[in-house]
Amino acid sequence: MTVSLPVPGPRRGLELIPATDAELSRKDFTSDQEVRWCPGCGDYAILAAIQGFMPTLGIKRENTVFISGIGCAARLPYYMDTYGMHSIHGRAPAIATGLATSRPDLSVWVIGGDGDFLSIGGNHLLHALRRNVNLKLLLFNNRIYGLTKGQYSPTSEVGKSTKSSPMGSVDRPLNPVSIALGAEATFVARTVDSDRKHLTATLQAAAEHRGAAFIEILQNCDIYNDGAWDVIKDADSREDRAVYLEAGKQVRFGRDGAKGVRVSPRGRLEVVDVDAGNEDSLLVHDPQADEPELAFALSRLGNVEAGVTPLGIFRAVARPAYDDAARAQVAEARAAKGDGDLAALLNSGDTWTIGG
Amino acid sequence: MTEIAETPVERLNHVVIRFAGDSGDGMQLAGDRFTSETAEFGNDLSTLPDFPAEIRAPAGTLPGVSAFQLHFGDHSVLTPGDHADVLVAMNPAALKANLGQLRRGGTIIVNSDEFTPRNLKKVGYAESPLEDSSLEGYDVHALDLTSLAVKSVEGHDVGRKDGERAKNMFALGLLSWLYSRPTESTVKYIERRFAAKPELAAANIAAFKAGWNYGETTEGFVVRYEVGPAPMKPGTYRTVHGNTALAYGLIAGARQAGLQLFLGSYPITPASDILHELAKHKNFGVTTFQAEDEIAGVGAALGASFGGALGVTTTSGPGVDLKAETIGLGVMIELPLVVCDIQRAGPSTGMPTKTEQTDLLLAMFGRHGEAPVPIIAAQSPADCFDAAIEAVRIATTYRTPVYLLSDAYLANGSEPWLIPDVSTLPAIEVNFAKPAADGSAFEPYARDPETLARPWAIPGTPGLEHRVGGIEKADVTGDISYDPANHDKMVRLRHAKIEGIAASIPPLEVDDPTSDADILVLGWGSTYGPIAAAVRSARANGLKVARAHLRHLNPLPSNTGDVLARYDKVLLPEMNLGQLAMLLRAKFLVDVHSYNQVRGLPFRSEDLLEAITGMASS
Repeated sequence: MTVSLPVPGPRRGLELIPATDAELSRKDFTSDQEVRWCPGCGDYAILAAIQGFMPTLGIKRENTVFISGIGCAARLPYYMDTYGMHSIHGRAPAIATGLATSRPDLSVWVIGGDGDFLSIGGNHLLHALRRNVNLKLLLFNNRIYGLTKGQYSPTSEVGKSTKSSPMGSVDRPLNPVSIALGAEATFVARTVDSDRKHLTATLQAAAEHRGAAFIEILQNCDIYNDGAWDVIKDADSREDRAVYLEAGKQVRFGRDGAKGVRVSPRGRLEVVDVDAGNEDSLLVHDPQADEPELAFALSRLGNVEAGVTPLGIFRAVARPAYDDAARAQVAEARAAKGDGDLAALLNSGDTWTIGG
Repeated sequence: MTEIAETPVERLNHVVIRFAGDSGDGMQLAGDRFTSETAEFGNDLSTLPDFPAEIRAPAGTLPGVSAFQLHFGDHSVLTPGDHADVLVAMNPAALKANLGQLRRGGTIIVNSDEFTPRNLKKVGYAESPLEDSSLEGYDVHALDLTSLAVKSVEGHDVGRKDGERAKNMFALGLLSWLYSRPTESTVKYIERRFAAKPELAAANIAAFKAGWNYGETTEGFVVRYEVGPAPMKPGTYRTVHGNTALAYGLIAGARQAGLQLFLGSYPITPASDILHELAKHKNFGVTTFQAEDEIAGVGAALGASFGGALGVTTTSGPGVDLKAETIGLGVMIELPLVVCDIQRAGPSTGMPTKTEQTDLLLAMFGRHGEAPVPIIAAQSPADCFDAAIEAVRIATTYRTPVYLLSDAYLANGSEPWLIPDVSTLPAIEVNFAKPAADGSAFEPYARDPETLARPWAIPGTPGLEHRVGGIEKADVTGDISYDPANHDKMVRLRHAKIEGIAASIPPLEVDDPTSDADILVLGWGSTYGPIAAAVRSARANGLKVARAHLRHLNPLPSNTGDVLARYDKVLLPEMNLGQLAMLLRAKFLVDVHSYNQVRGLPFRSEDLLEAITGMASS
């Protein structure tokens, strides 16, 4: 049996969060704790971007919460002068779901690494995304376990030689964006730690999204996996190996947009050299497409090993958020039955009275 | 019209009836209805549903048998009864599986329609027990219940199958006549249940009444019975199952504390009914989150507590195993969390629908590190209400995860409940932290001098922004700390906080009418009824026996050691291999004698009486 739900219409991401007129700065979001990442870690750049970006949202600092799991990335909440919880390996999306569902007035950010979100916490990530809880989930992907000193991770390439895989890892990696799209996440993006402008714009779009927003941030671990993303960062290779997705624009890359992506006659995405004859047939990126299949196809174009790596917002669609719907049911029950009357509840069912 | 001779009436003090049939025969429903009629009549009572985990095991087989036992009387009834006086068996499997529960000479009512060669063979009867001498000594009534039910719905616009299904109502009608029960509430119940299908309601009512009339008009039953009302305190009563009472207690506790109730839970037998019950009461501001797994259930609850709600999770043993890490985080970040463990027979999947008290040491020690958690146990189905409120009080006052232990027997068992006046429920004061008036820096791990609880500072409060987490915290500031002396201090502080709860709980009360008993029978949890019944019998036999029952297992009431020292002999029955006994022996160096059964069923009070008697003569 199914029943129709009193689902609220999708709203803006920050709609229920108290706004502030106070002039906030990066300093207001910086805690007094000493940052303890390795010198040169990509996490510094991400932290700086987040601390620089939060004041621009115009929401009250005390209504901002950062929740993390375990791992290098998961230390981030300690460095933010907001409310925060450094929780358990993999479980941050579940803990944040409880918080977001019971508190509509909070902007809740979930921080984790590739091990945190995709190994031990894979299940929770999947369910937070398919439920579309109002959470901003930032996956710092460095393709390695850093805090445990350098074992291969669920995003490491096949054949990765590490302490725990001296002969090369034999398991195939997950593609975080493909996973998120497979769970029909309503907002899915990929960005890079070193591209401050792109990173900030992506965070901004995520904050404004109502529902779960998932961002894979390609992050460098200079100790255990240095240079993992160099192919799409280095000036001499990135033009040909990174594709910046822009809504309403053709998917093109290379010097002067010499290369493009189109749907082949066999129904797959293919990279072509753009010429006058095929220019009109190139794929125009539409993150608001109802179904995620083209976004998924884009996520399969390649990676740093082969092909091209798309960056930007793959998908951004409006869907009811879990927590909004759950709260709407509470409101509907109250409207229909009135505020709970405990005495009436205890006296419900068959009762009988013994005289005094 | 033929005159019908009135069947003579015999008065009984108490009766135990056991309904048994296939899982699909509606025996739980028949039992529930008989319970309601009995409660309404004014008997005291206790019930024990006894069913398999399989929803519908193959029809007619032993594993598919579902039973419901009801004990009612004209005096205080403490257990579902050691042995049944009457067995209603809807097929050969039900007879075979339950005959051992019937007292010698008891009454058997069987559905002879089901005693076909095929059904008999399924359960290994070479010959029908109705036709050989195996039931000699019992008062056997072999009735074609299915045919009678089908016949009784003739003229109603329902199919033959619906008629067959109404056999439980026919049997209920017959039993209601036999024990002179009031019938109005069952008629009303059937009307409510089939409100959308009036023809089904009419047919079931017809079958129910036909069962009653069958008793009245046939001469098969030479006597009918009456069990007078039991003296009970004045007030309004209802029957309540443990899981329902527990759900109501959580709602009441949240209300008393002025908090939003957030339940994060994953379905598991025998705890799921708490989730179902709470999901019905969203108008109390209750949020129920059916999580992707046990870990997410407790995680979401802790997340909600961080935000200022009352986070609760409900589960059973296998779920407790999975939640351990999150409960440990709750100990570290010192936030309220109520963990309801509806214990079932283990290890592993064990026997999911059967009862046990085997999670006490798991609740006590089942986390890495020194991670103390208060433990409370309910003692009867209705007591789950009060126990839940007490769990909420401790969790919110002391900012700690709390274990609330119930079990499969309490969860599904029921008893009359004197409905409390809500204005008499205990007040639970919760104060969220506020910024200091002098503007001084917030100290998330400063402690209340009395309770040692830290401030509950919820997001949205300006000036109290802070971070919590699983890494060891520096005393007062809550900063990350690896300092050896600080860790030692924090371990001791967390321990002292939980030990300190003892100051807020009542002393252990001893029931020792002559004040000179040699033996103390101590218990905890759902053994309350069987122990109290056994002690009552022992005293009737002239033994001097004292009795005490623990609600708080951690910390124990402050006078526990004194009480134990006062008696020459202490007997501690547990449905485990001596878990509380181990704790008491270690803590008080007292020679506690364990009496243990792990059969998946509540104790029989006769077994406990034997243990008490044996101890008295040793």
